[in-house]
Amino acid sequence: MSSQIITPRGEIKIETRGLSVFYGSFAAVKDVTLRIPAKQITALIGPSGCGKSSFLRALNRMNDVIPGSHAGGDVLLDGTSICAPDVDVAQLRRRVGMVFQTPNPFPMSIFDNVAYGPRLHGAVRRDELEATAERSLRGAALWDEVKDKLRQSALDLSGGQQQRLCIARVLAVEPEVVLMDEPSSALDPTATFRIEELMLELAQQYTIIIVTHNMYQASRVSRYTGFFLMGELIEYSRTVDIFERPQDQRTDDYVRGRFG
Amino acid sequence: MSERRFSRARSTEAVVFAFLWAATALVVLPIFAILAVMLVRGAGGLTLKFVFSVKEGLLPAIIGTLYLVALTAAIAAPVGIAAAVYLSEYARPGPLVRLVRLSLVNLAGVPSVVYGLFGLAIFVMLLQFGRSLLAGSCTLALLVLPPVIGAAEESLRQVPQGLRQASLALGASRWQTTWRVVLPDALPGIITGLILSVGRAAGETAPILFTAAFFSLTHPFPRSVFDEVLALPYQLFVMATEVPNVPPQSKWAAAVVLVGLVLGLNLFAIIVRARLRRARKW
Repeated sequence: MSSQIITPRGEIKIETRGLSVFYGSFAAVKDVTLRIPAKQITALIGPSGCGKSSFLRALNRMNDVIPGSHAGGDVLLDGTSICAPDVDVAQLRRRVGMVFQTPNPFPMSIFDNVAYGPRLHGAVRRDELEATAERSLRGAALWDEVKDKLRQSALDLSGGQQQRLCIARVLAVEPEVVLMDEPSSALDPTATFRIEELMLELAQQYTIIIVTHNMYQASRVSRYTGFFLMGELIEYSRTVDIFERPQDQRTDDYVRGRFG
Repeated sequence: MSERRFSRARSTEAVVFAFLWAATALVVLPIFAILAVMLVRGAGGLTLKFVFSVKEGLLPAIIGTLYLVALTAAIAAPVGIAAAVYLSEYARPGPLVRLVRLSLVNLAGVPSVVYGLFGLAIFVMLLQFGRSLLAGSCTLALLVLPPVIGAAEESLRQVPQGLRQASLALGASRWQTTWRVVLPDALPGIITGLILSVGRAAGETAPILFTAAFFSLTHPFPRSVFDEVLALPYQLFVMATEVPNVPPQSKWAAAVVLVGLVLGLNLFAIIVRARLRRARKW
């Protein structure tokens, strides 16, 4: 079992130790131990309901929001536990940002969307906020498309633009890790391609973990891939190895499209 | 055979349609009937002097009712919205929340005259507000709390979950999320529900009967919240039962003014909602 779960080379950003996630008595994630490298893209794949999203949400404690959920084991960010009761969850989520499956911009202007995070954390000066907004929108490859309409509603943007705005909104709080939960599953192929390009760019600066049930996406963008099945981490390895030389029969079946 | 069945299905359809249409018409008809009867009978009494004169008209009662409505809204809004936010955003499902909801349902079913007596016991006597604008507004506020909370909760529920998640994931606290994202999005619905509820309360007689309303020719307007007020529904009640020799057309005219006031508030609620919605969508 452990032989199929490798330790990536280089700096480790996040480490889970025997992490389990429960919803009531149902174990959505079972005893997962995994090391995620810094400034790389790591993909989590598996069929619907395999626990990959629950695992992802444990990394910034977004499961806390769900009544009846609790976690076992531990998650370390830069070697420090984020599961202890005295951890400042708001501070944690600044460091570990999240992009969701459906683009969810706030019903505000484009500018106010990007400024939302910095304002939460006390930024009020106009010029400061404007600089942050420009930097974040550039980072999310959206600046050129929206620079003349920052005061307009974010809801008037296309789906792909909205998702990049959501990414910009996360970048504005200067995170270290960006979690992406099927970020392009609601988008058309062109918009998906742009998001993938963007991910590769962002990986130079941020640690990115993406959940996807699109295997081609995982193979296109990620360096490492973990395969989840029924809440368990079956195999975790370099992406090329997962797709070309899977060690576990179940991984082999999945990446060859035999189920899922 | 199949053709016959088909034609039978069609005739059933026609009967059902006619029945449903008649039922719907039956619901709408009384509204127009009431309006028509009131207007026809009250038209003769509906003069500018009758409506807007202080000495011989309804103006003091209209103003008094508006005072009551405004103060009721001012009391019910913060309490009702806060309770709805608690129930929708903070409370975890459990026996306590079930108890609160059960209480709200039952509170909504309490006859309004009981509210009146309760207001008399608590606000007028125990808290010594006396029979006053304040005591009446507090009583009416209790009356409108269940629908205000209900409408506010419904509006909060309609705020997409994704917005809350996005805010929390950016490091916002639950309160920051509620204050900056959830409440602004729910506000049009909350305010509409509030105005509709207090509009309904504006026509209530029983709750203000013992707590606020009086009939006076010498003190047309309250000078503070501790004064008694004239109110339209009570005025109508007095005109109909206690004052001799009121011409019937004046009673009907007063009824028209009361209904007009309530409908006006409803219209106001609809306009406010449309305005706020547009303001948020640009």
